[in-house]
Amino acid sequence: MAKDSGIGAASKRREDVRFLSGSGKYTDDINLAGQAYACFLRSSVAHGRINAIDTAAATAMPGVVAILTAKDFEGAGGLPCGWCVTGKDGPMKEPKHPILAEGKVRHVGDPIAMVIADTKEQAQAAADAISVDIEELPAVIDMKAAIAGGPLVHEDIGTNLCYDWNFGSDKAETDAAFETAHHVTRLELTNNRLVPNAMEPRVAIGAYDRSTGEHTLYTTSQNPHVIRLLMGAFVLQIPEHKLRVVAPDVGGGFGSKIFHYAEEAACTLAAKLVNRPVKWTAERSESFVTDAHGRDHVSTIELALDAEGHFLALRTDTLANMGAYLSTFAPSVPTYLHGTLMAGNYATPLINVNVRAVFTNTVPVDAYRGAGRPEATFQLERVIDMAAREMGIDPVEIRRRNFIKPDQFPYQTPVALAYDTGNYHATMDKLVEIADIAGFAARKAESAARGKLRGLGIACYIEACGIAPSAVAGALGARAGLYESATVRVNATGSVTVLTGSHSHGQGHETTFPQVVAEMLGIDEGQVEVVHGDTGRIPFGMGTYGSRSIAVGGAALVRATEKIINKARKIAAHLMEAAEGDVEFANGTFSVKGTDKSVGWGDVCLTAYVPHNFPHETLEPGLEETAFYDPANFTFPAGAYAAEVEVDPDTGQVTLCSFAAADDFGNIINPMIVDGQVHGGIGQGVGQALLEHAVYDANGQLLSGSYMDYAMPRADDVPFYAVDHSCQTPCTHNPLGVKGCGEAGAIGTPPTIVNAVIDALADRGVKHIDMPLTPARVWAAMQG
Amino acid sequence: MPSVSMTVNGRQVSGEVEGRTLLVEFLRGPLGLTGTHVGCDTSQCGACVVHVNGQDVKSCTMLALEADGAEVRTIEGMANPDGSLGVVQQAFQDNHGLQCGYCTPGMVMTAAALLEKNPDPSEAEIRAYLEGNLCRCTGYHNIVKSIQAAAAALR
Ligand code: FES
Ligand code: FES
Repeated sequence: MAKDSGIGAASKRREDVRFLSGSGKYTDDINLAGQAYACFLRSSVAHGRINAIDTAAATAMPGVVAILTAKDFEGAGGLPCGWCVTGKDGPMKEPKHPILAEGKVRHVGDPIAMVIADTKEQAQAAADAISVDIEELPAVIDMKAAIAGGPLVHEDIGTNLCYDWNFGSDKAETDAAFETAHHVTRLELTNNRLVPNAMEPRVAIGAYDRSTGEHTLYTTSQNPHVIRLLMGAFVLQIPEHKLRVVAPDVGGGFGSKIFHYAEEAACTLAAKLVNRPVKWTAERSESFVTDAHGRDHVSTIELALDAEGHFLALRTDTLANMGAYLSTFAPSVPTYLHGTLMAGNYATPLINVNVRAVFTNTVPVDAYRGAGRPEATFQLERVIDMAAREMGIDPVEIRRRNFIKPDQFPYQTPVALAYDTGNYHATMDKLVEIADIAGFAARKAESAARGKLRGLGIACYIEACGIAPSAVAGALGARAGLYESATVRVNATGSVTVLTGSHSHGQGHETTFPQVVAEMLGIDEGQVEVVHGDTGRIPFGMGTYGSRSIAVGGAALVRATEKIINKARKIAAHLMEAAEGDVEFANGTFSVKGTDKSVGWGDVCLTAYVPHNFPHETLEPGLEETAFYDPANFTFPAGAYAAEVEVDPDTGQVTLCSFAAADDFGNIINPMIVDGQVHGGIGQGVGQALLEHAVYDANGQLLSGSYMDYAMPRADDVPFYAVDHSCQTPCTHNPLGVKGCGEAGAIGTPPTIVNAVIDALADRGVKHIDMPLTPARVWAAMQG
Repeated sequence: MPSVSMTVNGRQVSGEVEGRTLLVEFLRGPLGLTGTHVGCDTSQCGACVVHVNGQDVKSCTMLALEADGAEVRTIEGMANPDGSLGVVQQAFQDNHGLQCGYCTPGMVMTAAALLEKNPDPSEAEIRAYLEGNLCRCTGYHNIVKSIQAAAAALR
């Protein structure tokens, strides 16, 4: 029977009440007394040398408080990169990323000057009045051109190659397997550049209190402590106890709000310089040229098979665009979040991955929902589909034939990861059922009768979530630990305040975290409140990304709650004059084994805070515990997806008719929220597959720089999705047995849809089309 | 500066605005009604939808002065008189029709306007009516479900 509260219940989201009544508090809803407004003058050219900046006329304009340029930030460091990848030739090249452009601009949108004025309009007008003498330089946009002697984005490092990284099985051994293979399938493909487009644009408000020397930054962040650490320690040299970072309600992140951005440091410092709070709110068109973009890989993948379609070896060669500067986690995305995923769900014995990361005159590229895992999955699932077609094997069958078998777990892949658990046959069986694959032929005939070409696409995915065991991440170049924290503060009357280092920006932690605590303590969910997003209130935590909140943050929460129960048990034993070992705890009541003695949760909590009758010799009063949890391994959610599409042969228009997802997320805390996470991921995956593309012209102008040109998925681009997460192989190494679900849809969906379109067009000899599958591209492919 | 007055959520309000001040700026700024959001600068996301004289309108696309004398309703005015969630709002909570909540006020206002005009919309009609509203979180699945549920509850 479905539970109505606690772990596994579809508890309604309590945060919805404020969001639905207009009383959410997003960063732009915050206005501080006396605040001034910032506007950034940004480069309109992709590459250029700044000869002079004349701010005299602008400074004299009404309302202008100050105009800052790079020289005003001379004491500050550059925006740091949080992950150093070591390639074949040593550590990656790491050029400085200044807050404001120093001598050169390197992408359209690069900030040149910061104008601070009494009103936003005055700041904008003054920014328009600044005159900048820029000598435009040839820009390099194409990655192949960039590493083939194109103009240098950073002269001081002498190359556009950030690193050249090889990983996995021995290259010679892998190559040898290709020599003798029965069949080799080779595919060149592009993973299209995307703009994350969380619906809330970024905002930063800096404030400074002269009396205490304390800085406060309100910002749209997924991880306020990470911002405090990076900005405080590396950019502005503000000691952490004098810097508070608040990320209140945040309107979606999808990775783009992980990173430390220039505007955060600029507003924080400017507030002190002008002695007023300084607020900056991005315009959407500004977001397009300042928020870190996603994906943008060009790859060649080759799969070697034997005569029965067993995978023998896999090799890939990828160019990954870094953009003009290294964003916070950019180097890790094509390497440790991509190369390590190339085994997918399959027992391929030899895998060699090569990645070259490249600087270009474009917006920095970093993690976007899935981060490296969608790129890996797309390559793998496309090449498998192509191989199946070439060899005349059914796409479901070829996958089943190569799956890691349930009895092979734990399974060590050739690309470092060791999967603890999974059952890929089970999710495939479930998919075949929920997608009614048996009925496809009839639906295809029905479509054909209407003149439409119907296709069925299948894809599987694996993802590594719950980033990360800190020691492993550190060995691979991470400059941070990746544990999570939780404080469980029991109040005197038994209600509970949870302070978590995780951050909710749509995931529903305010509902799910209490489900966990309430279940463990046997109290009502409504008795548990969650606090997050304010470094002044919560323990040091690494925030939310990489589907890590329940797997890592939830595990910290369990550990802290266990500590609470342990202490409460001691208090209860004292109250009942029993030995601690004889005290049992269930449904919010402590009782002595084999007796009718019991004491309720509320009485124990009150005793902790009114300790008149209390074991003072052995225990401290109070009931509050903190735990930090560093995971033992990644978690490995996996699934199988199917899509059916119709292609209009006259126009190339693709219609997504149905979509089914069978996922294994391990244990589930709230199935309603899990469904929602999958829906959202699928929606973004549909966007990548069919609609979205950040297109630069040869001069580095972003052609799809607004919603007029960048096609976001809308309600009538998608159908209802059939999602199922009843296949559950619980994670073996975290206390909740959970795996994470936030990115699955965005990872598994693009290859599923592309495979479906290729299936629809197979009779016409179409083998591959790069995303997005716009009508023009599909039509052109059909013409051969 | 010209002055403007209008009824917002049943309350008479007035203020001084610049000629170029948008309705959404007037609502979010002087009136402090920050439930109405801004998600774009090209009139395409729908985060800013409010009702003006019963019509759903993108408040980033209308000057405050154009709403002089109008009846304006925002997300803050959608609750029942006792403060509990109204039918459309409740349907969104019941059906998990929101995640980060940023698009939500616009979605609710758009949905309410649709259901005024068409109490029994088909799935296709709902999806078509939402063409001016972007959501990045939900994949639209539960938004459409929420609107279907609200329609059923209102009938
Ligand atoms: S803010 Fe009005 S449509 Fe986007
Ligand atoms: S709920 Fe986040 S944009 Fe719709």
